[in-house]
Amino acid sequence: MRYSLFNIIANGLTGQRFSSPAWRQVAPKPAYDVIIVGGGGHGLATAYYLAKQHGVRNVAVLEKGWIGSGNSGRNTTIIRSNYLLPGNEPFYEWSMKLWEGLEQDLNYNIMVSQRGIINLIHNDAQRDVYVRRGNAMIVNGAGARLLDREEVRSYLPFLDFDNARFPVKGGMMQPRAGTARHDAVVWGYARGASDLGVDIIQNCEVTGFLRDGDAITGVATTRGEIKAKKVALAVAGSTSRLAGKLDLKLPIESFVLQAFISEGLKPFMETVFTFGAGHFYCSQSDKGELVFGGDLDGYNSYAQRGNLPTVEDVCEGGLALVPQLSRVRLLRQWAGVCDMSMDGSPIIQVGPLPGLYLNCAWNYGGFKATPASGWCFAHTIAKDEPHPLSAAFRLDRFRTGHLIDEKGVGASPNLH
Amino acid sequence: MLIPCPYCGARDSHEFTYRGAAVGPRPDPARPDAADAFHDYVYLRDNPAGDNAEYWYHGAGCRSWLKVVRDTTTHEIKSVTGAGGEVKP
Repeated sequence: MRYSLFNIIANGLTGQRFSSPAWRQVAPKPAYDVIIVGGGGHGLATAYYLAKQHGVRNVAVLEKGWIGSGNSGRNTTIIRSNYLLPGNEPFYEWSMKLWEGLEQDLNYNIMVSQRGIINLIHNDAQRDVYVRRGNAMIVNGAGARLLDREEVRSYLPFLDFDNARFPVKGGMMQPRAGTARHDAVVWGYARGASDLGVDIIQNCEVTGFLRDGDAITGVATTRGEIKAKKVALAVAGSTSRLAGKLDLKLPIESFVLQAFISEGLKPFMETVFTFGAGHFYCSQSDKGELVFGGDLDGYNSYAQRGNLPTVEDVCEGGLALVPQLSRVRLLRQWAGVCDMSMDGSPIIQVGPLPGLYLNCAWNYGGFKATPASGWCFAHTIAKDEPHPLSAAFRLDRFRTGHLIDEKGVGASPNLH
Repeated sequence: MLIPCPYCGARDSHEFTYRGAAVGPRPDPARPDAADAFHDYVYLRDNPAGDNAEYWYHGAGCRSWLKVVRDTTTHEIKSVTGAGGEVKP
């Protein structure tokens, strides 16, 4: 059913008796052309673009829990394309362009709000770094503005501009960045994919793989064996667990990243801002809560809850720069398991085994990449070759030395 | 999280710095397959959901490097020894 103002009003007035579910509930078929493991944003976007751009419609998305129950529902909803390196920036800018047209494409309100993001600058060295990054963004069509202190004040008057340790000297802004409603992204892609014939199968955990020699010929699940010509993994923090069943070792470690919301407040924060020096970033949701986060819990973890020392650390960072938050109460926190790679950049790969396709290592930046990840992964699966925009995200870059290390910290996944 | 340092007793994890999975030993650079061996050593990880052997540095305590076996699903610590596997003297 195509959504419109007319049928929203009509269905509202008739108690939704004539509306239909957003996606079909189906039982798994015995075989598919493509099985995508993982019903998060990336998996569902991949299925959608496989069906829409490449005409591959005999596709199933298998999800262990309910769709969007992993990192798609555990992030801080920020979309941006403010990257530096050549392997990254064109990809993320394509993602940003897809975000800009995604609501019309999906006929679904995902509440894209291009309110801008400001990275704060506290000293000359940081300004130099952001000027360089801003120039890379402008070259790639992402757009960027260098703000002086008074321009930052016009957007964020509540900052402690004369903080003794980190005085605010300016900022680098991407005006087209912003936020999107994370659950709606999942639902929108699920609905779009389902309408094109993709089977979305929830509560179906992949427990193993069907093999023919080296080749992958399907998956064993809690709902029986399903055969497939191609099996694609988009399972974020669980990638190593599934790869382990194939005796594959990957350049990934799983860490927990927490996110937080405050109680609802009146509107006062009109853009997203990041305080990199103090490990705090924040935006205000349409409902009024502050949505914020900081650093990883610094050690390997698969526990989707996070630990208290990091809660304290993030809140201290926020209070240092926005003292008026001192009486705001924390409403809740949550945590997602991030597949942190050894250079902080993702992997989209044909193989490494016949019939297998990898989409992983999104670190803590997977949400903004959702549309382009699906776009490029669908191309990779359909054509058995990398998409030009994701060609640098290959698995063997760790062997050949073509790392994409935005932060330059080397093989320390907890520091990216 | 409390880490039972074999030299100092149970201490808050704030006192420690995390280094990562306890892989090693470092391969011999003169090996004929040294490039492959270093690729495995530097980049590839088992990344288990369960017991993980990892290095922690007790910087705000005895300054020892420790090898900690910790369950990554519950954060329960199973064993702590010196980095070379030695137990408390």
